[in-house]
Amino acid sequence: MLYREVGQYKTTYEADHAIFPLLQDRIGIAVILAIAFLFVPFTASDFVVNSMLIPILIFALAAIGLNLLTGYAGLISLGTGGFMGVGAYGCYKLATAFPQVNILVPILLSGFFSAAVGVVFGLPSLRIKGFYLAVATLASQFFLSWCFVRVPWLVNYNVSGAIEVPTRTFFGIPITGPNATATTRYLVVLAVVVAMTWLASNLVHGRIGRMWMAVRDMDIAAELIGIRLYRTKLLAFAVSSFYAGVAGAMLVFLWLGASEADSFDINASFLVLFMVIIGGLGSLLGSYLGSVLILGLPIVLRTLPGSLGVPLNSATVEHLQFMIVGALIILFLIVEPNGLARLWQIGKQKLRVWPFPY
Amino acid sequence: MDLLYQIFIDPFVQMGTAPDLLVQTLWEGLVGGVLYSLIALGFVLIFKASGVFNFAQGIMVVFAAMSLVSLYGLGIPAFVALALTFAIMLALAWGVERLVLRPLVNQPDIILFMATFGLTYFLIGFGELVFGGEPKVMIADQLFLPRGAYDIKMLGGFVSLQKIDIAATVIASLMVAALAVFFQKTRIGRALRAVADSHRAALSVGISLEQIWVIVWFAAGIVAIVTGIMWGARSQVEFSLQIIALKALPVLILGGFTSIPGAIVGGVIIGVGEKLGEFYWGPLLGSGIESWLAYMIALAFLLFRPQGLFGEKIIERV
Repeated sequence: MLYREVGQYKTTYEADHAIFPLLQDRIGIAVILAIAFLFVPFTASDFVVNSMLIPILIFALAAIGLNLLTGYAGLISLGTGGFMGVGAYGCYKLATAFPQVNILVPILLSGFFSAAVGVVFGLPSLRIKGFYLAVATLASQFFLSWCFVRVPWLVNYNVSGAIEVPTRTFFGIPITGPNATATTRYLVVLAVVVAMTWLASNLVHGRIGRMWMAVRDMDIAAELIGIRLYRTKLLAFAVSSFYAGVAGAMLVFLWLGASEADSFDINASFLVLFMVIIGGLGSLLGSYLGSVLILGLPIVLRTLPGSLGVPLNSATVEHLQFMIVGALIILFLIVEPNGLARLWQIGKQKLRVWPFPY
Repeated sequence: MDLLYQIFIDPFVQMGTAPDLLVQTLWEGLVGGVLYSLIALGFVLIFKASGVFNFAQGIMVVFAAMSLVSLYGLGIPAFVALALTFAIMLALAWGVERLVLRPLVNQPDIILFMATFGLTYFLIGFGELVFGGEPKVMIADQLFLPRGAYDIKMLGGFVSLQKIDIAATVIASLMVAALAVFFQKTRIGRALRAVADSHRAALSVGISLEQIWVIVWFAAGIVAIVTGIMWGARSQVEFSLQIIALKALPVLILGGFTSIPGAIVGGVIIGVGEKLGEFYWGPLLGSGIESWLAYMIALAFLLFRPQGLFGEKIIERV
């Protein structure tokens, strides 16, 4: 009964177009943002912030990127890990070449590098689609992984072959490098992720999003109604890789602190794809839910046997974890193939009509 | 100019001056390609009959090999162990059909693809739990697989052919021939082709989809056993071997997802191309290009034939 639209009239087109047309939704999102910005930084422990909140937010951003491509434009990509890597290495090059520039600038600019790389590897999408395209994007993944290992220029000829994040400040407060506290890094990540989610939301609700969805639903029909396929598909690749690139840059600069090439290997691509599909294709909320589930599940599984008092050695736990994650993926797909976002919608609908069944 | 020389002239000069090395490289590429083809074959079988892009084929290979070695390790005679492995793969096929495919019938392809990912994870965890994570040695001698090499004198040098490689090529060819006969000449084979053409039409003439899926997954399981034995005999049996499945993917897009000859020809092209590239052009780029060269070759082909070499022509309607 709490959640219903009765009495909320829309008198303008603007109101009708609103992302959150219901008052309850607007209040809800404001409360969530307030908690995330004002409450969490002062109460959560460093462990929770560092090992859960920051990675969940960063991977949610990468998942949003892939969701724009796969969920909205219907192009399957298995190269997200590589594009994230381009962002990370691009950011490192920029940050070391222009040390006086505010660190947020390279982080955001690095997205343009990965966007450019994404467009190049998106070119085959003009000719091929479906699983053929998925496999073709693997080419980018393997090629980029190889570059990260073999091109020492990318890491400024470090002997370790890894990115070592320099300390950079933001108005005097260190936000990257070893001196930055978990809380400040969390706030920076949160701000970037929220801003880019808002941007993505506006993109998919506007003309561009509709073009993408038309291409996804049937590209020939979309072409017939005057959508330029090549541009639309390449734009999807560019925007998607931009998001992945920024996520990759933040992954290294604001979370890991140092990174080797294998942070961006094929497993990263698969991880993000899991999030998108478990969370829900074509849903921004789903990207968050998928990220929470896929990153949260292993942590829960790891701590569960200990807290239940079941003595298991770590290798067994790891094997069980693989089994359970695999089984849960299948289970989730069987229960709700449209992802967690769809479950959330069903729940909302139930709340709206409660206490009646429909 | 120097670079151009190194790219366009020098490799061919090397090939001309040392033809024995060239033959050796070609042979190794051929054998590698045959093994890629075997994995690709497992993919094709399942994709043809059920439209499922089976990512779990790689882990099925490892799982089969691990089962075989572990059963032998328990003191079971080699050929009994082999028979038991067949039974395990049949059980796996039945389990997959029952627990994964049947509840997901009529879902979009990408959902089924994801489900096979889940299956991969499950099998990795389950396999490591049961068989342990350490590498094992394939029981090649007990299965009467030959060992050693023939050194053939030719073209002013020696070309060394591993006997196991020859055996792998022969066995792979036999298996492909058997599969072709099975598909073309038997009643079940005809049913399989019918299902591949159209699920609905096949159902309406009384073909049991469930049965067909078990059969086709079992067939992929048999292919996995053979692949596992061959790969295992050449190196070791270990779980990291499952990423060779990724090597089979360019073979697939090159040959077409639905074509058995495509898997074979694609495998050979990829295998030979990869070895030649690595051997003659690799040093230019600082080696290790094997990891992505196969994909680039496949991509280059795709730009001209989007459906692969032997794939069915893509006809689209609005």
